[in-house]
Amino acid sequence: MSFVYYLINGISLGSIYAIIALGYTMVYGIAKMLNFAHGDIIMVGAYAVLNMTIYAGANPWVAILVSIAVCTLLGVIIEKIAYKPLRNAASSLAVLITAIGMSYLLQNLALLIFGADAKAFVNIIDVPSLVLFDGDLIISGTIIVTIVSCVLIMAGLTIFIKKTRQGQAMQAVSEDRGAAQLMGINVNGTISLTFAIGSGLAAIAGFLLCSAYPTITPYTGAMPGIKAFVAAVFGGIGSVPGAMLGGILLGIIEILSRAYITSQLSDAIVFAVLIIVLLVRPTGILGKNIREKV
Amino acid sequence: MAMLKVKDIQVYYGMIQALKGISFEINEGEVVALIGANGAGKTTTLHTITGLLRAGKGKISFMGEDITDTPAHKIVKMGMAHVPEGRRVFAELSVYENLKLGAYINKDKEETQKTLEKIYERFPRLEERKKQLAGTLSGGEQQMLAIGRALMSKPKLIVMDEPSMGLSPQFVDEIFRIIEDIRKEGMTVLVVEQNAKKALKTADRAYVLETGNIILSGDARDLLNDESVRKAYLGE
Repeated sequence: MSFVYYLINGISLGSIYAIIALGYTMVYGIAKMLNFAHGDIIMVGAYAVLNMTIYAGANPWVAILVSIAVCTLLGVIIEKIAYKPLRNAASSLAVLITAIGMSYLLQNLALLIFGADAKAFVNIIDVPSLVLFDGDLIISGTIIVTIVSCVLIMAGLTIFIKKTRQGQAMQAVSEDRGAAQLMGINVNGTISLTFAIGSGLAAIAGFLLCSAYPTITPYTGAMPGIKAFVAAVFGGIGSVPGAMLGGILLGIIEILSRAYITSQLSDAIVFAVLIIVLLVRPTGILGKNIREKV
Repeated sequence: MAMLKVKDIQVYYGMIQALKGISFEINEGEVVALIGANGAGKTTTLHTITGLLRAGKGKISFMGEDITDTPAHKIVKMGMAHVPEGRRVFAELSVYENLKLGAYINKDKEETQKTLEKIYERFPRLEERKKQLAGTLSGGEQQMLAIGRALMSKPKLIVMDEPSMGLSPQFVDEIFRIIEDIRKEGMTVLVVEQNAKKALKTADRAYVLETGNIILSGDARDLLNDESVRKAYLGE
């Protein structure tokens, strides 16, 4: 039974990675850049919820909505001031380095505003635990909420991309920016929308992450951010189902290796798996094979 | 009044000047061909007109409005559609989704549906394959999709870049038949072609481009009989 328990924990952690990875993969697919500041948006989202609930005494739902709004706005602003001016830069390294710089900027701003000490994040999820098999298996409310959120986000995003005008515009921009413009699609607007969605999702991920692991520091987003990036590459960067699959597999591998091998090496095992997958399938599990244009 | 007026445009790629100040006009209802060898600046001209490239100098106006600095996505809304070189259909999307994106500027769902039905009538092959991914179509079918997608925006002027390139002879004939049909429906066409003979046979007027300059212009039929054109572009 303990295996099932670990597996569910893995799926839960993986769901958080998956939600973050969606932001990475969508931005990569549409803006063709790796937004390494994405992980730190999670931290901003978590601080927003913490400050709203504890210091401002807001209702948890209001706090989450405000946190989503803050992160969405932050993501769009970062794109506008830091990345957009470099969109036609000669080297794609310029925007990558800017993204890393933005990541440090957010971490240090948080350090300045909230201090370096770890703060306790109060879990505001009020869902009863699920007790199965006469108490042999207890699934906490937090885990249930995390997994359900992940499923809803995935379904919502898939419908959005497949069925809406904006979603189709995103796919068009991701495939051929020039041709998309010729359809009358505003590429800048579409990229902004992608950053908005990705950052909004990061806020939700931040809240879920800190509910499951209830401490928060200015560096809270860094490691999950990198793991989510790994998840996105693992699943096939640019692919939405790939990010989901990559995230969940990564979570399961991490928790199982912590439980059955060693917790010190769990991160090493995660990255080792990435290396092996990329050796066998360089485009990731669900990655598209890049066709050579003749 | 001319529908499209291009006045003395110069375009640079970095230090290299691709267009050295070209001027031409297209009147409503005309089919105008732009012919010339590889590297003459034909595609550059089209890209500058539809807003994918910026002119360093000069002026472009469409339907009486200055569009020299208008971004591509806004020019589409003004009634100009561009069928790009190499078709550039969205390979990962279905034929149907490609066509729907062609009507992206029109939010009226009913109207889009009607336009879609007309496109299917014109290209029954596209209807047969509407659920297929565009990347799995043959070259000729992709070209039809690219033209159908451009027509979905109900353009006044349709700009085509090498529509017959890489197609089998029967598809080449089909493409020029389509151009004639489009003209009959009252649309204006600007077509860039390496297949100069076919282009001159279909067009009303033509311009000959050489290394960034227009060196000849006139009635397409006259150009077809012009000694220098026959030598340089028709291989005779």
